[in-house]
Amino acid sequence: MTDDHGHPQDVIKNVRRQGKAVVLELAGEIDMHHSMELRDKFMELLKNKPPVLVVSLAHVEFMDSSGVATLVGALKLCRRIGCQLKVTGLTERVRNVFEICRLESVFQLYDNEAEALS
Amino acid sequence: MANIDTKEQQSSTKTHIELRMRANPEYLCVARTVVRQVVRILGLKEDKCELVALAVEEALTNIIRHSYGGPCDKPIIMKLSKIDPYDENKPALEIAIRDFGRQVDPKSIKAGQLDELGLGGRGVHIIRSVMDEIQFSRADDCGMQLRMLKYIT
Repeated sequence: MTDDHGHPQDVIKNVRRQGKAVVLELAGEIDMHHSMELRDKFMELLKNKPPVLVVSLAHVEFMDSSGVATLVGALKLCRRIGCQLKVTGLTERVRNVFEICRLESVFQLYDNEAEALS
Repeated sequence: MANIDTKEQQSSTKTHIELRMRANPEYLCVARTVVRQVVRILGLKEDKCELVALAVEEALTNIIRHSYGGPCDKPIIMKLSKIDPYDENKPALEIAIRDFGRQVDPKSIKAGQLDELGLGGRGVHIIRSVMDEIQFSRADDCGMQLRMLKYIT
């Protein structure tokens, strides 16, 4: 996905608090180029040790193994600090990557944010 | 342009696109876009186009990370071709990717045992899962070549 100028869209679409949870909305195409930025964002968000981190992938159009590795890194960090990482809104394309990498049972997956927060 | 040995079958392989890019992750999105469009034009079913783009992405990422040791100005050359017919009168899509980096024993490039919480090792696994045939080889002078086939059914 590109912005109005044809540049690749930022992958970090929005960050907000929802009760005690932090919700991180991602968008666009997450590849090796964006993984570092995303890793830094996870580190920043998890510094405050929130009890729940919801990562919405509803607007993510592409994710490669670099993106997957970044999510796995975040999951490991969450487990260390006692934070629940919940992943929502997998598009078919992203779900395919999760399936190929056999990660569906590793993450807590939800259809949407409301379900993850309930 | 460097020569890519694609073991072409006599006059049945037609190269449709050649792309030369810097080994820089900033250009991965460009390569993906090209692959998606070209494989669609070459007749691959819609649901397979995205997976082939993913496999190519993994191959390019591996080159940047492992062959070149990180982003750099060195080239990666990709050729997208159609072999018609390839097998039992069915065509195949051929993607050949050439780099000029570190050479390794092709046998050493294996899909790692998938570790649920491992941070790496998924790239080759994805390529093998998506493509019907893949072959790594050393290039004549330097670097590696990867030939990948996807049957068009």
